[in-house]
Amino acid sequence: MQLTVITSVTGLLVLVYILELLRRQQLREKYATIWLAIGVVVAPLGFFPGILDSTARRLGIASGVSLVLFAGFVLVLMVSLHLSWEASRLEAETRTLSEEVALMRSHLVEHHGYPVTKHQDSALDGTDPKVYS
Amino acid sequence: MIDGRRVLIILPAWNEADGLPSILKEIQAHLPGADTLVVDDGSTDRTAAVAAASGSTVAQLPYNLGVGGAMRLGYRYAHLHGYDVAIQIDSDGQHDPSYVPVLLDKLKEADLVIGARFDGEGDYKVRGPRKWAMGLLSVVLSRITRTRLTDTTSGFRACNKSLIEFFANWYPVEYLGDTVESMVGAARCGFVVRQVPVAMRERTTGTPSASPIKAMVYLSRAGLVLLLAMIRRMPPHLKAIAASAPDHRGRQLVGR
Repeated sequence: MQLTVITSVTGLLVLVYILELLRRQQLREKYATIWLAIGVVVAPLGFFPGILDSTARRLGIASGVSLVLFAGFVLVLMVSLHLSWEASRLEAETRTLSEEVALMRSHLVEHHGYPVTKHQDSALDGTDPKVYS
Repeated sequence: MIDGRRVLIILPAWNEADGLPSILKEIQAHLPGADTLVVDDGSTDRTAAVAAASGSTVAQLPYNLGVGGAMRLGYRYAHLHGYDVAIQIDSDGQHDPSYVPVLLDKLKEADLVIGARFDGEGDYKVRGPRKWAMGLLSVVLSRITRTRLTDTTSGFRACNKSLIEFFANWYPVEYLGDTVESMVGAARCGFVVRQVPVAMRERTTGTPSASPIKAMVYLSRAGLVLLLAMIRRMPPHLKAIAASAPDHRGRQLVGR
């Protein structure tokens, strides 16, 4: 009985947290759909961990819990892969933007007397200074 | 203007306020016809102000992007302003600007010219795993570019107008991207790469790393970069730029 208590509470908490993030507009819609779907699937599994047993047996997996564990692991792997991809894309975009800013700035310095000043100290943690060694 | 060609010298600089004035003065003395662009890669010191005071054009990145990012900006600038030749020189003073005419001359038979150490000129030496890594890179890149290369990680290089356009559109910005991967990409698209021997000086600022562990890490990362560079897909519009390059291949075949 104890197992069902902990899994059902966790499932509900996850679902509530996702809904709350959506309500506060902290999650973009493209992520919202998948997380909502995951929440809706995970919550009932918390109450009835046994409902996947027959499906699991048909797939050659001993118990439903193992199937959930396996599927969950694959899902988390895919999500983190997707986030890496997203981060690479965002980095490429900000990179292009900063180049564009630099080009415009040099034009302004050249033709419109924009001052050549020292940078502000913010956002200057030197992301990749190693390449200079 | 040098021999009727508009030449831009690009100096990627990250906190190089100390070394820049002397190298800029040297460039202005040796190459009065060339324009200089200092790419200030998010420096926290007075790099940009010092470069501007020395009479160079400055492009300031809002934060540090690494040499690759700085160089891509340099090539975009060169492309935007219609330069015929872009030459990369390190701002730490290890490249001697008096070799620039040699690079420019070699550019008549190639699209990318590397100023290389270990080819007769100078007495620069490296040892241990770092040497093996550089050796491996040389062997593999020599095969890819079908020419003898002895110093593939040299940041002293010149490229012509077609290659400027190519690099303005595609320039790898990750580790070793500015040297190894960019060369592989250019060669795979059909650009002709050649090297000329140059002597390099002791860096006036900064110190090279010598630890064997760092060298091993360098070796494995270089191998990975090389592997990725070989299997990466090159978009068709880049190959189109390469096709517009002056035809050195014909000359190369005749020469054989």
